[in-house]
Amino acid sequence: MTPDDQDLVQARQRHRAKVTAILLLAFVVLMFAITIAKMAVGK
Amino acid sequence: MTSIPLASTTPITASARDLFALTKPRVMSLVVFTGLCGLLAAPGTVNPVLGFTAVLCIALGAGAAGALNQWYEADLDAKMKRTAQRPLPAGRMERDTALHFGVGLAVFSVLLLGLATNYLAATILAVSILFYVFVYTVWLKRRTPQNIVIGGAAGAFPPLIGWAAATGDVSTLPILLFGIIFLWTPPHFWALSLFVKTDYANAGVPMLPVVAGVTTTRRHIALYTLPMVAAAVAPWAMGLTGWIYGGAAIALNAVFLVLAFAVLLNRATDPSAMKPEKRLFAYSILYLFALFGALVADRWLIA
Repeated sequence: MTPDDQDLVQARQRHRAKVTAILLLAFVVLMFAITIAKMAVGK
Repeated sequence: MTSIPLASTTPITASARDLFALTKPRVMSLVVFTGLCGLLAAPGTVNPVLGFTAVLCIALGAGAAGALNQWYEADLDAKMKRTAQRPLPAGRMERDTALHFGVGLAVFSVLLLGLATNYLAATILAVSILFYVFVYTVWLKRRTPQNIVIGGAAGAFPPLIGWAAATGDVSTLPILLFGIIFLWTPPHFWALSLFVKTDYANAGVPMLPVVAGVTTTRRHIALYTLPMVAAAVAPWAMGLTGWIYGGAAIALNAVFLVLAFAVLLNRATDPSAMKPEKRLFAYSILYLFALFGALVADRWLIA
């Protein structure tokens, strides 16, 4: 793997890691909101 | 996206953008819209969080089906100009990545929908994903020119899912909404396949224009438009919707009929002279958005 290839792969991995972190955080917020909503509608 | 050519020994790390492209976001927009309309047209009110989650799950399920479709069809996509730049045929992603992403997203979307709304909606979502992947993509697409006639059912499920998510059951109106999209799919896709016929022929996909010729396809477009018009007007004729939907359905379907008739009269075989086909294809997208938009307007403004 050339240094250019390595840089590209690492940049993509960093970006995917950030996106995954954001999505996980959003999932936690969504699950909390769903729980509250289900309690509110009494199901 | 800029891509540096990687040596064959270099592991390919797909970018987040490529994973997103795998979900066919443009197709997803129509799926999300019709699912949302099914949810909003249902009687009663839905908790906004649960409604949002239902639409999100419909979008994720559609994305999963799109990803699995691209995983299975990478060889076909590579042969067609329209699809050659997708992440898999362009070599920007490993096949296993697409498979794992698609399966993961499918399981996640079904489980989340079941948890947030009800198991009927989750079951219909699961059926729609499995139908698109196994019945349309794996079984029908490469075998029969009727592929999109039967396969069209896969794209018709979203309003049914939205309705089921809101009410927990399925009644006549959502079944009619299913029927409208099911019957809309053939004229929509055949109009497209007429002017990208060479692409399909090169890839060996037995689309109707490739197998039966352009004249037969044009006749089929006109023929299939008739039951679609009947299905689109039926909710109003059966008293399930009000005059807003009825008026919009009559006007939109009248234009659809005129454009389908123009396609029937066209004799061109060169894609550059297929303006009626291109016009019908573009209008068919607008038609579905407007028809379902009218359904929601009717439900919220009249009710």
